[in-house]
Amino acid sequence: MSVVKASNVYKVFGKRQNEVVKRLEEGADRDDLTKLGTAAVIDASFEVEAGEIFVVMGLSGSGKSTLIRTLNGLWSPTAGSVEVLGTDIASIDAAALRKVRTDHVSMVFQHFALLPHRTVRDNAAYAMEIRGTAKVERDQAADRWLKAVGLDGWGDKYPEQLSGGMQQRVGLARALAAETDILLMDEAFSALDPLIRREMQEQLVELQGELKKTIIFITHDLNEAMFLGDRIAVMRNGRIVQVGTPEEILTDPANDYVAQFVHDVDRARVLTASNVMEKARQVVTNQNGPRVALRSMRESNASAVYVTDRHRKFLGVVSDRDCIDHLRGGAKTLDEIIKPAATSASPDDLLIELFLPSSESPLPVPVTDDEDQLVGVVPRATLLAALGNQTSNDQTSDDDQSAGSTAVEWTAPVDTGIIDQVLAETGDASEAETASSRGDL
Amino acid sequence: MENIRIPVGAWVDVVFDWLKENLAWFFDFITFIFTFLIDALTNVLVDLHPLVIMILLALIGWVLRSWQMAVGSLITLFFILTMDQWVSSMETLALIIIAAVIAIIIAIPVGILAARNDTASAIIRPILDFMQTMPAFVYLIPAVTFFSIGVVPGLVSTVIFALPPGVRFTELGIRGVDSETVEAGQSFGANPRQILRGVQLPLATPTIMAGINQVIMLALAMAVIAGFVGADGLGKNVVEAVATQNLPLGVESGLGVVIIAVYLDRVTAALGNAKEYPNSLIATLRNRNAKAKAAGAKADANA
Repeated sequence: MSVVKASNVYKVFGKRQNEVVKRLEEGADRDDLTKLGTAAVIDASFEVEAGEIFVVMGLSGSGKSTLIRTLNGLWSPTAGSVEVLGTDIASIDAAALRKVRTDHVSMVFQHFALLPHRTVRDNAAYAMEIRGTAKVERDQAADRWLKAVGLDGWGDKYPEQLSGGMQQRVGLARALAAETDILLMDEAFSALDPLIRREMQEQLVELQGELKKTIIFITHDLNEAMFLGDRIAVMRNGRIVQVGTPEEILTDPANDYVAQFVHDVDRARVLTASNVMEKARQVVTNQNGPRVALRSMRESNASAVYVTDRHRKFLGVVSDRDCIDHLRGGAKTLDEIIKPAATSASPDDLLIELFLPSSESPLPVPVTDDEDQLVGVVPRATLLAALGNQTSNDQTSDDDQSAGSTAVEWTAPVDTGIIDQVLAETGDASEAETASSRGDL
Repeated sequence: MENIRIPVGAWVDVVFDWLKENLAWFFDFITFIFTFLIDALTNVLVDLHPLVIMILLALIGWVLRSWQMAVGSLITLFFILTMDQWVSSMETLALIIIAAVIAIIIAIPVGILAARNDTASAIIRPILDFMQTMPAFVYLIPAVTFFSIGVVPGLVSTVIFALPPGVRFTELGIRGVDSETVEAGQSFGANPRQILRGVQLPLATPTIMAGINQVIMLALAMAVIAGFVGADGLGKNVVEAVATQNLPLGVESGLGVVIIAVYLDRVTAALGNAKEYPNSLIATLRNRNAKAKAAGAKADANA
């Protein structure tokens, strides 16, 4: 069920608001209507699901701050409806609206909006005070939430004694202490310097992991949107031009504007292994034996191959040389020569975390899920291509393997001739010519 | 053109005559109340030994501003006493205090109304302009008509004259409160009264205090003019000095006004800006409290 649902929301400022809405519905451009009124939000429709972080992203003047204020009734929409937990908040009276705010929707502000004449604790307790919670109880709760945001022991200070980052933590504590299911955050981290901002973003994600609030987050910073958002709505000139997951926005922009917008985004910090990974081709199961492994390596021209069990549980890696030796020793299974893979990634790992593993491994980085199953691999070429504006799936597997074989410090795959020879001699039980081929190794 | 004559003055006169005849009971009531208030306060100020008053005023200066302020007040107030202007000064002080209190009681609610309602603001603003720009002496005429000679017409015209900055600064202060902070109050479900008392008024306090400072200074200016209609005090001495070309009296009563003006200005400027005066008794006590609290917290942590 959607927690917040906006349907065809318009917000127009000016004297002839309804006429502006009508003209816009007929297809007029908002820039032609400036004499009648300023359309801040035009035909915005979206639904926010419980427990997700929904980011509204746009440049200044795109209407995002106005939009978020229609969600808790600070502005009432000129046309359209806003439903919060099934209640159309545009149609209820002031007292009922205040009740919705106290019980369900709290907000964090860009410039913190703390009350300077109250202590940090009293600020954090503000929502509870409005609600009429007893003093002792709300002080305890305020202290608890201040601790949760990392401000343990600061309750007796005044906001002006705190740094900007700490003040916004108070703002966050105040909103969290309201214990509402919906949290609106209006450019909450935009006034902070970059390091603090990063820290706050990470803390928010961490808190969200425990609290599972429904968060609607406004920002003009695409990287922030990509980092925080489960879904992102991109706004431009009052309209929502695209709603999608960060990956969708990045890989499949709805129009040139979005494409241009995402052009500068740091893809390595947005895309995850699951976005770019490919089906693992160089895989054998541990029941296959060394011969199959060698054939697979020969086909893919690689020096090693991944091994899984029958249920695709990832076991490790076998190298061609071990296989050959093993085969010559007459063994039939791979179990003895499987080595653990140096690194493996989870599907949620960001690409930025795959660069080092990728550079250290001759094989594509294996991607394993929670149950240790091999769900895919990220070849080096795919990793690089993903940073450009290409979809990884366009790449063929041949590219990755050649990329794997060109690095100098890794031993080149054994010549296919030798593999053929080995396969032939062990398969035919022939002892001939082994000495010379061993010499090559 | 020169034949066109709109007799505004005569019309107003008719209106005022009508008011005087029909609302006499009202003006009598006002006269009774105001006379009572002024007399009571004047009696207290005059009957108390000057030293007691001096120490009290110096103490107020120390509490709100600094010990230097206290010393300065002691010296200058003693100077008033030595110029034989003490009783007149106390009468003027009583008039100012009563007028300022009445003006503030009226001005702040009107200012709040103007801040929250654009229509009210649009109506109130020109009235304030009128009140401020009309020459102060003109107020004395109808005041005497309604309240006859004495301290009451002086008080009434002082209230009218001192009122506007109180309204203006209150409106300005409330409208100037950061809109995001007001939104924060709203977004947590505060009702308009809670927002006014919990957000707007506290944040507007420095501006409102600046308005109160202005009210008091204007009240002082008008209290002197009120001497023309027979209000006792320094103003009466000034008027007498002007009428009789008595320079010594003029200088002495004038200096009394200056000293009272400086004292009131410094003290009321410090109201609401406690943080800017770290040497005030309030700030010192507050710091000591905070330190004691911090020490207590530390002791708790150690224990």
